[in-house]
Amino acid sequence: MKRSFRRVLPQLLTLAALMALVTLFFPQFLSIDYAGGRLSGPVIDVLKRGAPVALLAVGMTLVIATRGIDLSVGTIMAISGAVAAWALSSGWGAGPAVILAVGAGLVCGLWNGCLVAIVGIQPIVATLILMTSGRGIAQLITEGRILTFDAGPFAWLGSGILLGLPVPVFIWVLTAVGVAALMRRTALGLLVESIGINRSASALAGVNATVLLIAVYMASGLCAALAGIIATADIRGADANNAGLWLELDAILAVVIGGTSLLGGRFSVAASVLGAMIIQTIDTGILLAGFPSEYNLVIKAGLVLMILLIQSPNLVGHWHFLRHSLRRDPDASPRGAKS
Amino acid sequence: MTINPRLYPLLATIGIFIAAYIVCWIQFPYMLSTRVAGNLLTDNAYLGIVAVGMTLVILSGGIDLSVGSVIAFSGVFIAVLLRETGLHPLVVFVLLLGVTTAFGAAMGGVIHVLGMPAFIVTLAGMFLARGASYMLTIDSVPIQHPFYELLKDAYWLMPGKGRLTLIGIVMLLSVAVGAVVAHRTRFGASVFALGGGERTARLMGVRVGATTVGIYAFSGFMAGVSGIVFSIYTGSGYPLATVGTELTAIAAVVIGGTLLTGGAGYVLGTLFGVLTMGLIQTYIVFDGSLSSWWTKIVIGILLLLFILLQRGLVRATAVRA
Repeated sequence: MKRSFRRVLPQLLTLAALMALVTLFFPQFLSIDYAGGRLSGPVIDVLKRGAPVALLAVGMTLVIATRGIDLSVGTIMAISGAVAAWALSSGWGAGPAVILAVGAGLVCGLWNGCLVAIVGIQPIVATLILMTSGRGIAQLITEGRILTFDAGPFAWLGSGILLGLPVPVFIWVLTAVGVAALMRRTALGLLVESIGINRSASALAGVNATVLLIAVYMASGLCAALAGIIATADIRGADANNAGLWLELDAILAVVIGGTSLLGGRFSVAASVLGAMIIQTIDTGILLAGFPSEYNLVIKAGLVLMILLIQSPNLVGHWHFLRHSLRRDPDASPRGAKS
Repeated sequence: MTINPRLYPLLATIGIFIAAYIVCWIQFPYMLSTRVAGNLLTDNAYLGIVAVGMTLVILSGGIDLSVGSVIAFSGVFIAVLLRETGLHPLVVFVLLLGVTTAFGAAMGGVIHVLGMPAFIVTLAGMFLARGASYMLTIDSVPIQHPFYELLKDAYWLMPGKGRLTLIGIVMLLSVAVGAVVAHRTRFGASVFALGGGERTARLMGVRVGATTVGIYAFSGFMAGVSGIVFSIYTGSGYPLATVGTELTAIAAVVIGGTLLTGGAGYVLGTLFGVLTMGLIQTYIVFDGSLSSWWTKIVIGILLLLFILLQRGLVRATAVRA
C-alpha cells in the first residue's frame, strides 16, 4: 500500500499544486454546495467533465504498458455513441442500447488487437486505420445527422445523480478501481508489463502474448465505449463528427503525466487517472481563473515538455546524481569536499 | 528482367491511381480533362507539400504530429503580420519560413538530446503551434494585399483550358526537391540509414544528432511552405484550420508506399498517395449522391491494403535473406 502511494505521489502533488494555483485566482474553486440532493461546485464539475478522458486513460494505460498506442479511442467513442443513439431511436430500451454500444467498442478493440498481435502491424499505424475510417462508419450509422433520442433512463448515465454525485464519476472511478484490482490482485498486470518490456522473451517464457495483446486492445475499446456512452447520454444525441474528437491525445497525455513510459513496461492506472484529473483541472481552472482559453494549449505544451525532461532516459543519470547529492550530507558530497 | 522488390509498393500506388482514374473516366468521361487534373493539383497542393516533409520524417523512422498546427500558425502569422505591419508579403514569407524551420529544428533537437519518442515531442509541438496561433488571434483574418491577388490568379493555361495554378506548380516543385534531397544527397542517405536503425547508422558514420535536427527542420520548412500555399488557397488565416492534417499526411505517405518503420520508400510515391486521396474526393463530388463520409472509409481501406502489402513484402524479403 505504501509503495503504491509513493508511486502516485508526484501526480498528487502536481494536482494539489494546480488546485492551489487555481484557488489563488478563483477563491471559490474549492467550495462545494449541497442543494436539491446533489453536490455542486467546480471540483465536482472537474470530476464529472474529466470522466471521458479518465476512462480513455484507463484503457490507454494498459495499451501503452504493452509498448503500444491506441489512436482510435476517440473514434470508438463516436462509433459506440452512434450505435447507442441508433438503438434508442429505433425503439430499443436503454439496456440493449448500452449492451450494443459496449459490444461495438469491443469489436473495434478486437479489430485493433488482431491487426497488432496477429498481423503484426505497428500499433500507431494499426489504430490509425480505425481512427480515419471509423468516423466514416459512425456517420454511416447516424446517416450524417446528429442523432437525437428520447431521454429516458439512458440519459441518466450522462447527467443523472447518485448519492449526490454525478453518475459519470461513479462510472470512471469504478472502472479504474476494477481494472487496477484485476491487474494488481492477479498476475495479469505483471504479464502485461512483461509484454511491454520484451514481447518475444515473455512469449518464450510461456506468456500467451497474442491473446493478452488482443485482450488489452479490447479493454481499451471497452473503456472508449463507456466514454462514448457518457458523452452521448450527456448531450442526448450522437454527433459522429465531434464526439471524442482529439480526446485520444488527451488520454495519451494523461497516461504520460501519470508517469507510464511510452516505451512500455511499468504502469499505474491510478496515476493515469490522476493525470486525467490534472488535465481537466487545467482546462476548467483556466476558464474559472479568467484566463483566455487560448492559453490552454500552450500550458499543456509546457506541461508535456516538463514531463519529457523528467522522464528522459538520457537525463536519468543526471536526476539520480541530483537526488543523491541532495540527500547526502553537504560535507560528504564531492563538491563540498572540493570547496 | 526482374523488378527490385523495393519498387513494388511504389508501382502498386501508381497502378491503383491509374486504375482508379480509369474507373472514374469510364463513369464520367469529363474526368479525363486538364481542368479536373489542374484542380486536383490545386486543391491538394498544401497536403502534397506537407506530405513531402512527412515522407522524410517517416523514412527516418520518426513521426511529426505538429505539421497541421504549423500550417494553421503560418496562415495566422501571415494574416496578422500583413494586417498589423506594412511589410511586403515576400518579407513575411521569409520570416515565417525562418520561424517554422527553427521550430522544426528545435523539436528535432529535443528528440535527439532527450532521447524521447518523436510522437510525444511533436505532440507537444502540435499543442504549442496551435496555442501560439490562438494567441495571435482567435478570429479568421482575411488577407487583403494586391500581391496576394497576383499570386492567387497566377496560372498557366494548359491545353484543354485546364489551369495549372502557381500553388500546383509549387507542389510539383516541392516533390521534385524532396525527391532530390531524399534520393540524391548525402543527407538523404543518412535519413535512410537512420530509418534502417539508429545503431547501424551510427556505426556507418552517420551524424545522428545533426541528421535528426535536419529532418525535423526540413519538415518544419515544408509545413511553412504548405502554410503559405494554404493561405493563398483560402485567402485568410484561421487558427482552427487544418486540424488533423498531420494524420491525412501520414495516410498519404503510407498509401504512397513508404514503409512506416522507416528506411524504405519514395518521395514520388507520396505524390501519388496524395493524388489518390484527392481523386476519391473528386469522384464523390462528381457522383453527387455519395456522402462525404465514404471518403474516410475508402481511405481507411486503402491504408489497410497498403500496410498489408508492405507486411507481405517485408516477410518476403526477410525469407529471401
